[in-house]
Amino acid sequence: MSGFARATAPFARRLLRVTGVDPLGAYELLRAADPHGPEPSPGQFLMLATAERWGGGVDGRPYLPRAFSIARRRAGESHFLLEDVGPGTHRLAELRAGDALWALGPLGRGFSAPAAGKRAILIGGGAGIAPLAILQDTLGREATVLVGFRDAAHARGAELLRGARVATDDGAIGHRGPCTDLLAAELGRDPDAVVYACGPPAMLEAVRAMCASLSVDAQLALETGMACGFGACFGCAVPRLDGGYLRACVDGPVIDAAALERVPEAVGAHP
Amino acid sequence: MSAADGATRAPGSGRARADERAAPGAREGAGTVEFCGLRLAHRVINGSGTFDVVAARAVFGAALDERFPFAAYVSKTITLEPRAGNPPPRLWEAAQGLINSIGLPNKGLEAYMDEDVPALASLTTEVPAGPAAGTSRVAVPLVTNVMGSTAEELVELVDACHERAEISAVELNVSCPNVKTGLDIGADPVLLEHVVRATRERTSKPLVVKLTPNAADVPACARAAQAGGADAVSLINTLRAMALTPPARGERRHPWLGGGTGGLSGPALRTVALAQVAAVAESVSVPVIGMGGVENTAHARDLIDAGAALVAVGTENFRDPAAAARIARDLAETGL
Ligand SMILES: Cc1cc2nc3c(=O)[nH]c(=O)nc-3n(C[C@H](O)[C@H](O)[C@H](O)COP(=O)(O)OP(=O)(O)OC[C@H]3O[C@@H](n4cnc5c(N)ncnc54)[C@H](O)[C@@H]3O)c2cc1C
Ligand SMILES: Cc1cc2nc3c(=O)[nH]c(=O)nc-3n(C[C@H](O)[C@H](O)[C@H](O)COP(=O)(O)O)c2cc1C
Ligand code: FES
Repeated sequence: MSGFARATAPFARRLLRVTGVDPLGAYELLRAADPHGPEPSPGQFLMLATAERWGGGVDGRPYLPRAFSIARRRAGESHFLLEDVGPGTHRLAELRAGDALWALGPLGRGFSAPAAGKRAILIGGGAGIAPLAILQDTLGREATVLVGFRDAAHARGAELLRGARVATDDGAIGHRGPCTDLLAAELGRDPDAVVYACGPPAMLEAVRAMCASLSVDAQLALETGMACGFGACFGCAVPRLDGGYLRACVDGPVIDAAALERVPEAVGAHP
Repeated sequence: MSAADGATRAPGSGRARADERAAPGAREGAGTVEFCGLRLAHRVINGSGTFDVVAARAVFGAALDERFPFAAYVSKTITLEPRAGNPPPRLWEAAQGLINSIGLPNKGLEAYMDEDVPALASLTTEVPAGPAAGTSRVAVPLVTNVMGSTAEELVELVDACHERAEISAVELNVSCPNVKTGLDIGADPVLLEHVVRATRERTSKPLVVKLTPNAADVPACARAAQAGGADAVSLINTLRAMALTPPARGERRHPWLGGGTGGLSGPALRTVALAQVAAVAESVSVPVIGMGGVENTAHARDLIDAGAALVAVGTENFRDPAAAARIARDLAETGL
């Protein structure tokens, strides 16, 4: 598999102007004008930090920038999907149109295009659906899209994708249960596919194990705590099947599932 | 040709004492800075382990080499054998700081010499001040940082560096526990002087000793390094720190980081760094490389005014890989 060139990042962080932060159910869709940013490859990410009041809260956090998948790129704007789960995402969710945002990137290795004639199945959980949107845009043809959420408020995130089939933990919308149930049914019907996955570690591990047992190629977009995003700190280590560690930021975040023994539990930079 | 005759060095000055020169790290006519016989484009370098040129080239392309931010490039710590590093998690974000337990992953001496040294040998950067500002480029000397747990190991590492013309200077990371005492080599002045002397005899290249801040008497350690023959000292390395797993009912809490404890860096330790740099600069005559929490020109200037000849940027590189270039330019504009 090849295709989808990896964009080279400008060598310095740059200031973006926020054009809007709109709620999408339990999530926020952050949009920022990035006219000088190179066109990212699907699965690449930016390190983001607000220009003002990044830190200085009750516990002096956030301090380092946070990694966000580029969810969409449209007319010089970059879109990000985030959920307020901690000090960094909280501060980003507070942004308003006109505010300034530091950005570095596009960073990391994104997804590889499917081999000619291969069917693409995109599967995402929670905020992990973000890179699947730009992937769907880039594939430019019909792909099967399966997404899973906790509840109805989170399931609004599915609006980011075209024609997504939804699963929720509580059954409020679509299939009741994990979205990997939908994947099992799809692969049972026709295993001649490439699977693209992003989401919580438990979901990615279920995708990895299922694809390994069926000999289906899978590309997993991993999330680990990151301090730099460009290979400088060695903080984003992920154990490799053949021993040693990968750096999720430069060797990933998209990793060929066959390179991993298992998907590691989330190791954020803060519990 | 002996390595010490490499193009980036003025001959014979590796062991020159700072007080034999005009001033440590004096700015020369062309706008460059002299440091231990090396000619540098400016005063700002990187802290070991906080910038990987090879990885950054793949991310930023040719712009990295064109606008290279550091006046000298310090490698991450190299050990005799390859090391995988500590199990994750390796990072904890603290209040205005970072605790890391990376565990010094590196490919080992042999692979570093074969693969990395050639890739790091031809770095150049622009001179930001003086008549040559913006027009001339000077070489970026490669400083190889090494760590060993005994004098014998350090000697083997320094010997290998001495052989290579591409390597302009050696930095000893002495934040390694002594197997017998458990104390960091660099925290024990007697042991420190011994290992510095043993390595000093093996090379005429400038020898920098990176002091540990986790010592009872850091100036005493600096004097020991100087007595052993160090050409310069650098500080501060990270402060020992820890974080616990979140409280959970009925469960015992454990260290969060894979390595148990880690090292604190960033703005949180800036004032500690300033105090230690000032105390060390008063205690030794060799030049001092100051670092710890530098984010901007004012912070760099504080360290210079406290006696540092050069300033190193560490964790701030993570927030902005071009931070050092910005600081160097602003410093040069203020005449420093
Ligand atoms: C390549 C990459 C792409 C990402 N893309 C997105 C995205 O598109 N949208 C989005 O909302 N988030 C994304 N993240 C995760 C995002 O960086 C974290 O949400 C962020 O670090 C949380 O920061 P915080 O300060 O709000 O909370 P913190 O206090 O740092 O964390 C709050 C909670 O999130 C967990 N956590 C922290 N960091 C991470 C992490 N890096 N990965 C997984 N869990 C973590 C913690 O364990 C904790 O439960 C991405 C991470 C990476 C590495
Ligand atoms: C992630 C990380 C890795 C580091 N690795 C090394 C190393 O390999 N060798 C070393 O001597 N110092 C290492 N350091 C210490 C830095 O070089 C520097 O002394 C310290 O971080 C203080 O400077 P700062 O606050 O500007 O980061 C490391 C620091 C960090 C944050
Ligand atoms: S996040 Fe720093 S090396 Fe990957």
